[in-house]
Amino acid sequence: MAFASILPAETPAGPSTDRAAGLAEVARRVSPTVLAVDRTLPVAPALAGLLPGGLRRGTTVGISGVGARSLALALLSAATVTGSWAAVVGDRDLGLASAAEAGVDLQRLAVVDPPPPGVWGEVVAALVAALDLVLVAPGYRVSGIVVRRLTARCRERGSVLIRVGDDPWPDRCDLRLTVLTGTWSGLDDGHGRLRSRRVEVVADGRGAAAGSSRSELFLPGPNGAASDAG
Amino acid sequence: MADTAFEPVRTLVVWCPDWPLTALGVGPEEPAVVIDGGLVRASSVSARACGVARGQRRRDAQARCPNLVVLESDEAREARRFEPVVAALGDITPWVETRRPGVCAFGVRGPRRLFDGEDHLVECTVTTVVEALADVPGAGRPTCRVGVADGSFAAGLAARAADRAGMGSLVVPAGTTRTFLAVQPVVVLDCPELTDVLTRLGLVTLGAFAALPVGDVVGRFGAEGLAAHRLASGAGDHLSERRPVSGDLAVAVDLDPPADRVERVAFVARSLAQSFHDGLLRRGLSCTRMVVEAETAHGERLERRWRDEGPMGPLAVADRVRWQLEGWLHGPPSVRPTAGLTRLVLVPDEVVPATGHQAGFWGGASEADGRAERSLTRVVGLLGPGAVRVPVWRGGRDPADQLVLVPFPSDPGREVAPPDDAPPWPGSLPAPAPAAVHADPAPAEVFDADGRMVRVDGRGRLSAPPAGLRLGDRAADPVLAVATWSGPWPVEERWWDPGRRRRRVRLQVVTTDDTARLVVLEDGCWRVGATYD
Repeated sequence: MAFASILPAETPAGPSTDRAAGLAEVARRVSPTVLAVDRTLPVAPALAGLLPGGLRRGTTVGISGVGARSLALALLSAATVTGSWAAVVGDRDLGLASAAEAGVDLQRLAVVDPPPPGVWGEVVAALVAALDLVLVAPGYRVSGIVVRRLTARCRERGSVLIRVGDDPWPDRCDLRLTVLTGTWSGLDDGHGRLRSRRVEVVADGRGAAAGSSRSELFLPGPNGAASDAG
Repeated sequence: MADTAFEPVRTLVVWCPDWPLTALGVGPEEPAVVIDGGLVRASSVSARACGVARGQRRRDAQARCPNLVVLESDEAREARRFEPVVAALGDITPWVETRRPGVCAFGVRGPRRLFDGEDHLVECTVTTVVEALADVPGAGRPTCRVGVADGSFAAGLAARAADRAGMGSLVVPAGTTRTFLAVQPVVVLDCPELTDVLTRLGLVTLGAFAALPVGDVVGRFGAEGLAAHRLASGAGDHLSERRPVSGDLAVAVDLDPPADRVERVAFVARSLAQSFHDGLLRRGLSCTRMVVEAETAHGERLERRWRDEGPMGPLAVADRVRWQLEGWLHGPPSVRPTAGLTRLVLVPDEVVPATGHQAGFWGGASEADGRAERSLTRVVGLLGPGAVRVPVWRGGRDPADQLVLVPFPSDPGREVAPPDDAPPWPGSLPAPAPAAVHADPAPAEVFDADGRMVRVDGRGRLSAPPAGLRLGDRAADPVLAVATWSGPWPVEERWWDPGRRRRRVRLQVVTTDDTARLVVLEDGCWRVGATYD
């Protein structure tokens, strides 16, 4: 055959399994480095049980329950350290010291005052277009049209919109994280100090994140960062 | 929507038209151009009459005007010939700022009183400058134009308008600068990309551009658009965040043996400019106005101010130092010091936060940083200044004091964590910190088992263990049972200062719904300071 000469000498001689392995190797080499579905933001090791593979870009996340703020900060930590920017919209009470202890890089965190309802959508859309993580706590009922537009914008830009709190939200989030129970330790009727809180977090999602998982964490742990309690 | 927080400074600008040509001894009636890098940098009046313009290529200019005299640009000579003008203006006010050879400016508020009003001041300035220029050899009768207006941008335009009208000076009366600016073409903003778009949009005057809402301008054109919009609306070209210098950021170098030729100091001056720029950048600052100071072997002290429209990079600083040294060392004998220079000092006179790009680990900010910055700038445009804030470390005993928020854009070099050598804050609460620190702490009540309010005595002891926590100070507010608690931890701050002293007692309380709170007693009133959300 004319083209046999361009094949490596051992390929025709080897058994068929070798050929399959070679073909797989070629397929691996020509495939895109990162598939769209694999584009994720890193998460702290403590959350790896809940979010195996990291936080998927272009999705929306809803966080509710007693420790919602702590969980949201834990979610921001690894991504901001690796160069992503995060904005918090409309949470006047965010504890910055707690964010620092959770491991958030405060050089890449911006806090936006609660926008008036008329421009809320426009402000969040501007942020979602450029920042990887946007935390929102609207404090009022956002219209379904605005939320669907934001969801589409996230998907297009590969950013993650995180809703914190139990306020009504017109759309189902791609991923829901709920803190079920929290038990503080460290206090003893006048002695000691708060040391850590053991929480149980349930993650359930749809689409590629379908299924639910459950994890026990220290949130916060003794040094302020989340740690695995499982 | 103009920023009303500060007023533009009333400024006088002295402008010598076609200085690159005048300095070379070419009069306006000769068709001549100065070229730099193959492009026309300046042209004489008669060359312009033939259609020669700035930015043209040499061959295009020669094609339009066949008898054109083409001269190479000589910045050293321009600086040298301009020095007598700045030296002469030093008799009117010591605050003369040189923009570049050929243009200088000063604020008129002080000298106006000395000279009995603006008209007389302008007259004296023109006479002084013309006398100083008379020494420039071979230039016929070089002229100058003087403009006075609110803000140096408008004053510069007034000087140009005086030239077009064939007058020696133009004084825009106080308060009418906005009207004066409104009729100017947008081209005067001198940012070609922006003015090109504006012209195509049909916005041909500064007035039409200034009428656009500032939020839309920022959203479409970013920070550059905002700066141009401020200029156009006469809100002052002094950037709002421009501020005087704190701390010692001056750099100095001793010259031994004393330098009497520029070549001797040129290399030292360049590295001095670089270290000056680096020192500022480490603080996250850029310089917009600096003072070049020198001492001579005979103990003379020389100083000149240099200003640039925007922040000066290391090259711009080095250029200005070089020009100044040219002026001093190689200028006419009347302004030359009597001995060589022994010391050279660069003092930043006015700085702005370095909004350019902070050099990152590999040099330059990342693309994500640039995108985030633009997006946050846009949100500032939507919500107004101060609506976007970023954290900065301050230090303190309470979670609310340790890190505070400052308006974006802020210092890129800001601290967000305590420096390694920061002293400890005795009495601060150890980790974990509360995730919710209440911006305005809500009143609360702490009860003991008998329903009495818990008090703290002078030695920091509780009257009884807390058993209930009411969120709010009205009887109808809900009461939560205390599961466990710890404290009290008293803090007394600034007890030596009656006006600012604070004394408070803190308790960590976990209620039966598994929520931990930090309650604070201050001035006899309990409040929920933070929640461990």
